[in-house]
Amino acid sequence: MPALSNGPAQAVREAKVANREGLHARPVMRFVDLASKYRAVILVTNISGRAETVDGKSAMQMMLLEAVQGSVLRIEARGEDAASAADALAALVASGFAASAPPPAA
Amino acid sequence: MQSMEILRGISVAPGVAIGEVVVLEAEDFRIPYRSVSKQQLPAELERLQAAFAKSIDEIGKQAHWLHTHLGRDAANVFEWHAGVLKDERLRSSIEKMISEQRASAAYAASTVMRNYQRRFMQMKDPLLVERIRDVQDIERRLLRNILGESREDLAHLSRPAILVAHDLTPTQTAQLAETKIIGVALDAGAATSHTAILLRSWGKPGVIGLNDISTRVSGGDLVIIDGTNQLVIANPNEATLEEYKTRERAYVRLTGELAELRDLPAVTRDGHRIHLLCNIEFPQEAEVGVQKGGDGIGLYRTEFLFLRPEGAPSEEEQYQAYRQAIEGAGGRPVTIRTFDLGADKYTQQRSYEQERNPMLGLRSIRYSLQNLDMFKVQLRGILRASLHGRVKLMFPLINSLMEFRQAKMTVHDAREDLEEAGITVAKDLPIGMMLETPAAAIQVKEFCREVDFISIGTNDLVQYILAVDRGNERVSQFYNPSHPAVLRALRDVVRACTQGEVECSLCGEMAGQPLYTMFLLGLGMRSLSMAPANIPEVKKLIRLVTMTQAQRVARRALSFETDRQVTNYLRDETRKVLPEDPI
Repeated sequence: MPALSNGPAQAVREAKVANREGLHARPVMRFVDLASKYRAVILVTNISGRAETVDGKSAMQMMLLEAVQGSVLRIEARGEDAASAADALAALVASGFAASAPPPAA
Repeated sequence: MQSMEILRGISVAPGVAIGEVVVLEAEDFRIPYRSVSKQQLPAELERLQAAFAKSIDEIGKQAHWLHTHLGRDAANVFEWHAGVLKDERLRSSIEKMISEQRASAAYAASTVMRNYQRRFMQMKDPLLVERIRDVQDIERRLLRNILGESREDLAHLSRPAILVAHDLTPTQTAQLAETKIIGVALDAGAATSHTAILLRSWGKPGVIGLNDISTRVSGGDLVIIDGTNQLVIANPNEATLEEYKTRERAYVRLTGELAELRDLPAVTRDGHRIHLLCNIEFPQEAEVGVQKGGDGIGLYRTEFLFLRPEGAPSEEEQYQAYRQAIEGAGGRPVTIRTFDLGADKYTQQRSYEQERNPMLGLRSIRYSLQNLDMFKVQLRGILRASLHGRVKLMFPLINSLMEFRQAKMTVHDAREDLEEAGITVAKDLPIGMMLETPAAAIQVKEFCREVDFISIGTNDLVQYILAVDRGNERVSQFYNPSHPAVLRALRDVVRACTQGEVECSLCGEMAGQPLYTMFLLGLGMRSLSMAPANIPEVKKLIRLVTMTQAQRVARRALSFETDRQVTNYLRDETRKVLPEDPI
């Protein structure tokens, strides 16, 4: 995953949705649960879709992304732990929402 | 005194329940806008806060209950519900509406949730569209907790009662086990709905698909639920009530008696062994089924793998599910039916244009053959799982030889895919068809040359032979398996299978109805597949009759001209064998 930009308080990553069913209920919950462990604000855009940006900690909004297998998500984190949050979330998406997601570094 | 009414629906569980009615109001909360004064705002916000907290608490308890009683898959249905209720973004948008528009908490919550429902409605992915129901469920829960419990305080019923409602959400259904409800009657409902599945595992007598019962009875009315005969009797007269009280007692007695039959084989008095198999929807039911005395799984309805929030199952998930069912059956045969999607489930939401006549549309094997990638994923899952036991593979709604050949070819392709990937699969597994259309019945001899086995799906076969949609209240009285045309079709199919030496079984609801047991045995049927709950009663009957007697009943039943004569005759004959049991 290339780091697209990396300010002290902002990090942006892109990740391709790897799992077959896309962003359905359970993957959404995995994402939201992990995002909620970070202090950073998480903003997610499905750049393969209608490019609406939603709150990565919102179970309802994440479902609105309509992300299917192969969709590319742009994950932007803003806040003190932005870099580790964006890394972990991008890894989660790219891994197909594997059961064991890495815990937040802090 | 109101007059007695007899209503016919679809049974979710057998048995008799007699009691007073509690009506759950149709929950179409259309909340009117109500303005809130500035002084009231903090109280309104607090009310919202409390409703969220209570809802989250409820979901937690419910998920726990479901996990313990129905397993993880059922509990996972509510995982996203909990996530949405904890969604701070969602809550703050409702709070904002309360503050900015001075709206009541109920109005704001309802408006915000309905906006989301609209968003999901516009989505392309049919599985996301289905989230509407979940959002509705969450909305109702919130509103109930905002508006108070006055509408439906089932948890605090002081005595046993029968629940009547237009429909139940999965949430409401899951809560029944913690109430004093002894039976359920619903206007809505298909046998395959989420609600029906939860009702079935709850196990008390229930009849759904009654169309308008919730408007025909009111709270306090006396109602009888006859889950065995798919009837609901409102305001029964004295004689009927007495009859059913006797049946209710008989049921209690029967339950004890039947438990003792569990380990005995289904053998007629003159020594003919009949195989009684289970119809299952979920893999964990396989183990339960054989514990109830089943000789194996005659019909595993795999399409239920789709009835979950995250949609289409992956090959690995399917493999795990099939393997669980196969291992649960403990060495007994398991007949896996490939996805029977369409008509009422899944494909209708998936297509952009709804079919005008889905029962005659793109369903079952037709759907699978037009979605070969999905079909192959399933076949690979089945082939891999088949290493773990005795698996038979069956295609639904086969209507022509070409279809069967094409489906079989796809199995071949899936096998090659696996072999190329270096994955071992069982060498040979029997491949058969469900016979459920008149065309297949008429061509049964040709099919017998190509298939390894035939399973007659009478639910669809009867509908197609009689051209009756049994879910349509206005014509469902014409749906009757006793129709002479149906009986003769069954006779011809069984005869062709016997002559062609093709194994033949029957897996429609008919198989579990004692009324038809002697007839089916007499035709030559040696294998019946039914809901596990029906096995003990059918087994009891089989152990009381001889094959000679069954053959005589079959011959005589085939001689009648009308379904009424057939039903009356079969009922008389069955009562002679089981005088004390409710038939």
